[in-house]
Amino acid sequence: MSSPVTESAPMPARPLPVRYRSTKVRRQRVRAAWYFLAPMLVTLTMVAGWPLLRTLYFSFTDASLSDMGDTLFIGLENYLVYDDGRWFGVLADPVWWRAVWNTAYFSVVSVSLEVMFGVIVALVLNAEFKGRTLVRAAVLIPWAIPTIVSAQMWAWMLNDQFGIINHLLMTFGIIESPIAWTADASYSMWAVIMVDVWKATPFVALLVLAALQMLPKDCYEAAEVDGIHPVRVFFKVTLPLITPALMVAVIFRLLDALRVFDVIYVLTSNSTSTMSMSIYARQQLVEFQDVGYGSAASTLLFLIIALATVAYLYLGRKQLQLGGE
Amino acid sequence: MASVTLDRINKVFGNTHIIKDVDLAIGAGEFVVFVGPSGCGKSTLLRLIAGLESISDGELTIGDQVVNELPPRERGVGMVFQSYALYPHMTVYENMAFGLKLAKTAKETVHERVMSTARILQLGELLERKPKALSGGQRQRVAMGRAMAREPRILLFDEPLSNLDASLRVQMRNEIARLHKRLGSTMIYVTHDQVEAMTLADKIVVLNGGRVEQVGTPQELYQRPATRFVAGFIGSPTMNFLPARLLGADAEGCRVDAAGLAELALPQDASGHAQGDGLTLGIRPEHLRLTAAQGSEGFEIVNVEYLGNEVYVYLEPKQGDTLLIQRSEAPSPWSIGQRVALDPDPEHVHLFDADDRALPAKAARAAA
Ligand SMILES: Nc1ncnc2c1ncn2[C@@H]1O[C@H](COP(=O)(O)OP(=O)(O)OP(=O)(O)O)[C@@H](O)[C@H]1O
Ligand SMILES: [Mg+2]
Repeated sequence: MSSPVTESAPMPARPLPVRYRSTKVRRQRVRAAWYFLAPMLVTLTMVAGWPLLRTLYFSFTDASLSDMGDTLFIGLENYLVYDDGRWFGVLADPVWWRAVWNTAYFSVVSVSLEVMFGVIVALVLNAEFKGRTLVRAAVLIPWAIPTIVSAQMWAWMLNDQFGIINHLLMTFGIIESPIAWTADASYSMWAVIMVDVWKATPFVALLVLAALQMLPKDCYEAAEVDGIHPVRVFFKVTLPLITPALMVAVIFRLLDALRVFDVIYVLTSNSTSTMSMSIYARQQLVEFQDVGYGSAASTLLFLIIALATVAYLYLGRKQLQLGGE
Repeated sequence: MASVTLDRINKVFGNTHIIKDVDLAIGAGEFVVFVGPSGCGKSTLLRLIAGLESISDGELTIGDQVVNELPPRERGVGMVFQSYALYPHMTVYENMAFGLKLAKTAKETVHERVMSTARILQLGELLERKPKALSGGQRQRVAMGRAMAREPRILLFDEPLSNLDASLRVQMRNEIARLHKRLGSTMIYVTHDQVEAMTLADKIVVLNGGRVEQVGTPQELYQRPATRFVAGFIGSPTMNFLPARLLGADAEGCRVDAAGLAELALPQDASGHAQGDGLTLGIRPEHLRLTAAQGSEGFEIVNVEYLGNEVYVYLEPKQGDTLLIQRSEAPSPWSIGQRVALDPDPEHVHLFDADDRALPAKAARAAA
């Protein structure tokens, strides 16, 4: 009870004796933490856990939208089954894999663009100029408009016959004949990405702006006195210091993008060239009435997002540890 | 190492005039300290020299070059900030090397400079640590090292010790003094701590409300304060002030009558003032001698503070409520409740006119 105290106290690397870990105060704190977490956990179980389990259950059945009561358990057949010399199921459907690829492509490209533009916009908003409070509020407008509304707005602007974008481009002689932005497979993905970037950049910008305003101002003055070029200061000082905020922005946006539905559905409906995983699942579930098959797709979507999140958090923590300590 | 000259420097923020007509000549290699109460513009003046604020009016010369329009990096200054301003995500080594790398300095030179600076400041074991793993004094040394490693012509310090505890302050004060001897570079140092000012400075600049009150060596400021403000600001405990009246001026000096004191014959030249003019008499606590008073005359001792090596005696005048302080070596024969008369030494009495300017002493003029 006496000697190890002085020995182990200054060395946090060595595991602490048990009695440090479970003191009375600590037990009380843990209990208090559970009390505070309990309502949240109960709510989550009801609104997230239950639907998730139901979906998982349906994915193993042949449930259909018209007859939900009379379902048969069919195991993994919705996912993959070998029958009559051919493979069936979601995992054997090229359209599903196309949707996976589309979603990944959309997520990576749009989130990268949003982060890039978001940082630029935040840097501009962080500068001192007249009326910047007004500009800050104005920049948020795309984020404040419901996606359905803004997507519809863009759908009209991008309309091949009456859209203002084609009109403008033709007036300035940049294109000769109207382009079917949302229908032409070679443009539609980019149209979708552009609308998403337009909408989500303000969100990233705001998160980054908050981080920028927390930065130590005197460090910048020190850099100024030392005569360090602003670009170098940005990459060597600003960027490392806002990385945690950027990581938060990226994970939010990534989760959003991986389950993207509304922008794509409004702009291009069920077109395969832009179909995302969510759109695929909805099509199976609602249009083809196949709840079992649609649930299987939804479950896979959930697994992919969960995996991406875990991988991202793991890599992020690893990188922070390397850079931070 | 370079000289710095300020010629009628002014700084206006919006419509507040912060720095007013500051003239100052700082010699190459000098250690100059700006002191003054909070908000008097010390930091602003330093930032004007560094180039972090633009000069509203006047001319700033470094070496023989007018630098008003030059950005900080071309002025050849290094600055140590009050908050240290270390880059939180860089190690001590990187913090010091960061400012060096840009100057197209060769890699080996950067390394050498960082290592030799680290040696001078005893930062050797800390080079791989991040600022948050350092104590206040260590951070302070890193901040100094970062400024020094670039070998600037002028080093600027903005209250670098104000976040440290008292004993560390004394230690760092000594280190800065030694550093100045060793490097010989021009240093401008801002503080509101008069002990730092007195101990470090070749030359002290006392600022008040954006103006220069007085410039001089620590001895000059202490022995011949030019204004009542300087007299009150320099010295601890502060100088005692008593209202006084001019009785007459003559060839030797003047005679004054101060509240509670006997008539005094002083060496000051009061020829510009009329008989009966109101003056302020100033005397430092160590120059007050106490004698036992008769009856209800003089001052009452209201408190005696024993500090080990010396004793402060607090005196309450008959009228007015500002206490006077007398300082003497311990032990003191006085105790609370006794009545005493003051016997000031005329050689050490200061007189200030209605505008708070000191009256010059005739003896000093004759000696000069
Ligand atoms: N950017 C600014 N805009 C407007 N006023 C300012 C600005 N910077 C400083 N001031 C004002 O200038 C005055 C002097 O400030 P300064 O920081 O130079 O004081 P200081 O002498 O360094 O005080 P302290 O000892 O508290 O550090 C203060 O009244 C302050 O409010
Ligand atoms: Mg200051």
